[in-house]
Amino acid sequence: MPVMDYIDAIRLAMKEEMERDEDVFVLGEDVGVKGGVFTTTKGLHEQFGELRAMDTPLAESAIAGVAIGAAMVGMKPIAEMQYSDFMFPATNQIISEAAKIRYRSNNDWSCPIVIRAPIGGGIFGGLYHSQCPESVFFGTPGLKIVAPYRPYDAKGLLKAAVRDADPVLFFENKKGYKLLSGEVPEDDYIVPIGKANVLREGDDITVIGYSMPLRFVEQAAEELAQEGISTHILDLRTIQPLDKEAILESVRKTGKVMIVHEDNKTGGVGAEVAAIIVEELLYELDAPIMRLCGPDVPAMPINPPAEKFFLLNKDKVKDAMKKLAMY
Amino acid sequence: MTQLSSAGQQFRHLELGLTSEQAVDMYKMMVMARKFDERVLLLQRAGKINFHVSGIGQEVAQVAAAFALDREQDYYLPYYRDYGFVLSVGMTLRDLMLSVFAKAEDPNSGGRQMPGHFGSKKLRIVTGSSPVTTQVPHAVGIALAAKMKKNPLVSFVTFGEGSSNQGDFHEGCNFAGVHKLPVILMCENNQYAISVPIHKQLAGKVADRALGYGFPGIQVDGNDALEVYRVVKEARQRAVAGEGPTLIEAMMYRLSPHSTSDNDLAYRTKEEVDENRMKDGIPKFKQYLFDCGLWSEEQETAYAAELRKQLDEATEYGDKAPFPTPESTLHHVYEGDDRQGGMN
Repeated sequence: MPVMDYIDAIRLAMKEEMERDEDVFVLGEDVGVKGGVFTTTKGLHEQFGELRAMDTPLAESAIAGVAIGAAMVGMKPIAEMQYSDFMFPATNQIISEAAKIRYRSNNDWSCPIVIRAPIGGGIFGGLYHSQCPESVFFGTPGLKIVAPYRPYDAKGLLKAAVRDADPVLFFENKKGYKLLSGEVPEDDYIVPIGKANVLREGDDITVIGYSMPLRFVEQAAEELAQEGISTHILDLRTIQPLDKEAILESVRKTGKVMIVHEDNKTGGVGAEVAAIIVEELLYELDAPIMRLCGPDVPAMPINPPAEKFFLLNKDKVKDAMKKLAMY
Repeated sequence: MTQLSSAGQQFRHLELGLTSEQAVDMYKMMVMARKFDERVLLLQRAGKINFHVSGIGQEVAQVAAAFALDREQDYYLPYYRDYGFVLSVGMTLRDLMLSVFAKAEDPNSGGRQMPGHFGSKKLRIVTGSSPVTTQVPHAVGIALAAKMKKNPLVSFVTFGEGSSNQGDFHEGCNFAGVHKLPVILMCENNQYAISVPIHKQLAGKVADRALGYGFPGIQVDGNDALEVYRVVKEARQRAVAGEGPTLIEAMMYRLSPHSTSDNDLAYRTKEEVDENRMKDGIPKFKQYLFDCGLWSEEQETAYAAELRKQLDEATEYGDKAPFPTPESTLHHVYEGDDRQGGMN
């Protein structure tokens, strides 16, 4: 099985879906001739032409809104937001429109769009090229939200998102584009939306997370194994709807749980995961639930010490995991 | 508008490509929308329903525009005052009354949305929301899909002049202009955004904004049915010929308060409303049909009686129809028939 970078897996998913179905098209800023500012859509313009790899005017609400209109009449648009930080002008289209079209029309209309947006920091992007906006959209019924970590899941989830009958937000980690690599089948497969995945089996502590921080968790778990601490790791993959069964099962394995994400702590996905655990499994817990997340500041500053302070890394994650194991 | 036609002179509606039967149908539709609106206002005042947002004074342009479109294939994105429009493209009084009473059988939303939030896939009326002007980019997206699939159809979208200040209007216009998409944007300029008058909403003309987006903008008297018909028809011809969008600003006056929750005399005078009532396009169009010999007082009386009967039946049907079940609240969050809300 070929090994490829996260960004290549995302690109391959789009290419395959566009080859499979001529109603699939990509639109966004710089996605055409340039192939995207990160090269995510490179080659699509040459292969599929300017209408199906469409450079749009610089206006995010129109990118989302035009995609919604096209989706309502049978197209399968993949709308790219250049950075998730620039997605907020399109928030009304996403929350008031895409998320509610099926419900408000009593199942008469539907809105099968995919909105891709790069999340996360670590690239000296400062406040407005580093954010994780998951919690803004999380908790909006009608939306599905995926945030893959492994390249395998990035490809499989993007293909599932394109084929889904409802709107899907696809949060891809920009720091991970070239940093994360792994085995990715070159043939057709999907990863079902709504299913978490066990990355590592373990007995002492459970770590639940999604996207980039799982890299640090995996690295830390490897080191902690040398110290006799066995870690169970659950990759949520989809953050809405959450895979409740998989969460509970992973907690039952160890009774000690830590939730990890880069988005800030208050009101984040981790809060909901913790609530699910407490609602169902309070008396099976052997330690208070821990959350390791971004700090509650507006966004990540650009200066290197602040960026380092804001971001999780292997050592921060390892320390927290050790603390949990020792509780 | 209503130039008297002397013997031997072609009637204006025939010149524009409307049959005399269609011209009469247009008139009937305007009256139907007006009478519907008046009935629903009464129902609200009588405490039978909670809320109504009225389109009185705007029916002429709505109906005329609908008659200029291809009612077999075009897509429509009406805004919340467009009763005349949706009736003209196939929605029935019964459908609208089911919506007014928020009943399960309401084709717009199954009793989920406020009245005036139209939608019917069968009729190609695209489901709408309350935050204004979000439908403009959708219309552009539908026109983009038509271009990509080489379907010779147009999307037609309406909104108020207040809405024309929203970013989605400008973003949608620009996108449509860049890609020369088959979309017709019609602003129903009724002079008020709830209480805020036009001079506090706009420093220029809505129609002039089209210039900045590279396509024609046309201001038209919204009380002149045949003139509205003409400009929308021409816009449609341009659209299907690949010549791109058209912005139409139809000038009119909202004769009713904004909604049943609004006291309009807090911000405008009775004299102003009365003065504008004199400009109402419905009696003007009726006079035109009289002058053409296509309509008579007898027909008017008979049609009024027929409408009253239809409205009585539709009202009774809507009133007696069952509400959605409480548990239906959980349905249709996502694809599938299972109960979904609260699942996660």
